Amino acid sequence: MSWGADRVTVVFGETTALQEVSVDLRRGQIAMVVGGDGAGKTTLCRTVVGLENVSGGVVSRPPRTCFQPETSGVWADLTVLENLQFVAGGYHLALDHSRARIDELLEVTGLAPARDRLGRQLSGGMRQKLGVAMAVLSEPDLLVLDEPTTGLDPVSRLELWSFINRSAQEGRALLISTTYVDEAERGDIVVALDEGRVLASGSVESIVDSMPGRLFTASESLGETSWHRGQAWRVWSPDGADVPRASPTEPDLADVVTVAALSREMS
Amino acid sequence: MIDASGLTKRFGDVPAVDNLTFTVGPGEIVGLLGANGAGKTTTMKMLLGLLAPTSGQVRIGGRAVRDVDRRVIGYVPQGLGLYRDLTVAENLEFAARAFGVEVPSLEEAGLGAISDRRVGQISLGLRRRVAFVVAECHDPSVLVLDEPTSGVGPLGRARLWETIHETADRGAAVLVSTHHMDEAGECDRVVLMALGRGVMSGTVSEVVERFTTVSVASPIADDDVVRLRQEGATVLVAHPGWRIVGLDAEEVSRILGSSSDVSESPSSFEEAFVALST
Repeated sequence: MSWGADRVTVVFGETTALQEVSVDLRRGQIAMVVGGDGAGKTTLCRTVVGLENVSGGVVSRPPRTCFQPETSGVWADLTVLENLQFVAGGYHLALDHSRARIDELLEVTGLAPARDRLGRQLSGGMRQKLGVAMAVLSEPDLLVLDEPTTGLDPVSRLELWSFINRSAQEGRALLISTTYVDEAERGDIVVALDEGRVLASGSVESIVDSMPGRLFTASESLGETSWHRGQAWRVWSPDGADVPRASPTEPDLADVVTVAALSREMS
Repeated sequence: MIDASGLTKRFGDVPAVDNLTFTVGPGEIVGLLGANGAGKTTTMKMLLGLLAPTSGQVRIGGRAVRDVDRRVIGYVPQGLGLYRDLTVAENLEFAARAFGVEVPSLEEAGLGAISDRRVGQISLGLRRRVAFVVAECHDPSVLVLDEPTSGVGPLGRARLWETIHETADRGAAVLVSTHHMDEAGECDRVVLMALGRGVMSGTVSEVVERFTTVSVASPIADDDVVRLRQEGATVLVAHPGWRIVGLDAEEVSRILGSSSDVSESPSSFEEAFVALST
């Protein structure tokens, strides 16, 4: 069973927010959508869950779909427990079932000691974990999370990812947006967006294999197809020709997405 | 250039920064990393002279921060500190006049095409580049950057880092706070903070090399997760399998009662970070 977006176009006034974007969502799989501010990540998330009208293409999703927006959706004036109970009530979950499920979620998110703390008193990491816990409370088949780790420190991010992975192991399909390519590598499939268009999509391996030309490293910038990476420079050779004063290197996902953006910028 | 020694800041009885010592030399980029609440912002505020240390000191170019000419320091806050209703050129002119320096050329910075656009109307990536030009208009010898590339796409991020490296290559000492492995790898060194203390410093490779993580391929029963945690491990659900930080393979095998599907592998930067922070 798979859901997702098939060649979806979304237009806001004169702006094309998404242009023929596809993403395939399957049970037990994590699909990552990566791009900078304004790339169309939030629009794709909102479109998949049915909050935006499409001008073209097809969107499909299961009846039980949950969405956590970037702002986490936690009520500041309710406690952690009350936030979860409120959502459980909204889904008309049976009391016994919801109590057990809430206790389980408080344990796996590590929020149990903070169950009586108000939403406004939570750290960014705790608030995001609570937001995801609220989203999975009703045991949806598809979970869509918009930039759940933005602003989180590494410890909180890893804890949140542990919870996200558990959700995939339980058989859910997940669509998660991020601005960071290294985080996108955690997904089974990746869709890299730029100004509403797909820069690259597929499994990490297939994206990396699809890079046109060859990649080199150099100790200095060698022109407009160079960019700084780590402690050296990357140099892209679009036609695969050798680059003087540079050594060939194997690209990773971040390199290939950068090459795709560079290629678009140059064309 | 930046020399923090025994830097301590207490709010009441709570030490936000506790005996922190680090240096950033001219031409060096140092990443300041820590969980939320680890003391990064407090450290930066003391460095910028916005907070007085309870004890210890920060010296810039050999002088106490309170005696340092403000023109020595450039700062890009996470919120960027730009005036959204002013144009790009007006923002730059305002900053240059405040520092009493000539207004730098936006054309040279590659931003000439947007000089007349209001800051509130340009993309975040461009806003971040403008914030850099503004922060550097007085040619500071110390540059402090709080999450400098947050929200920017891969190519925009690479371009911003080029600017940061160019600044360092001109001899400035650059201190960057960041949360991400990719960013940490751009730094010459990183200083990791936990609960106000500096828990490790070195290159990213040096940090990662010190740690291993135990991978468990088969599912772990809830009871065993509890026991692993009681032994001090951080148990993370991976995709697929599990990752355990803080114990070696032998200890994990003992707790699980089996060594099949248990192996050690290099830690990711985040996992090393967790090991240091807990």
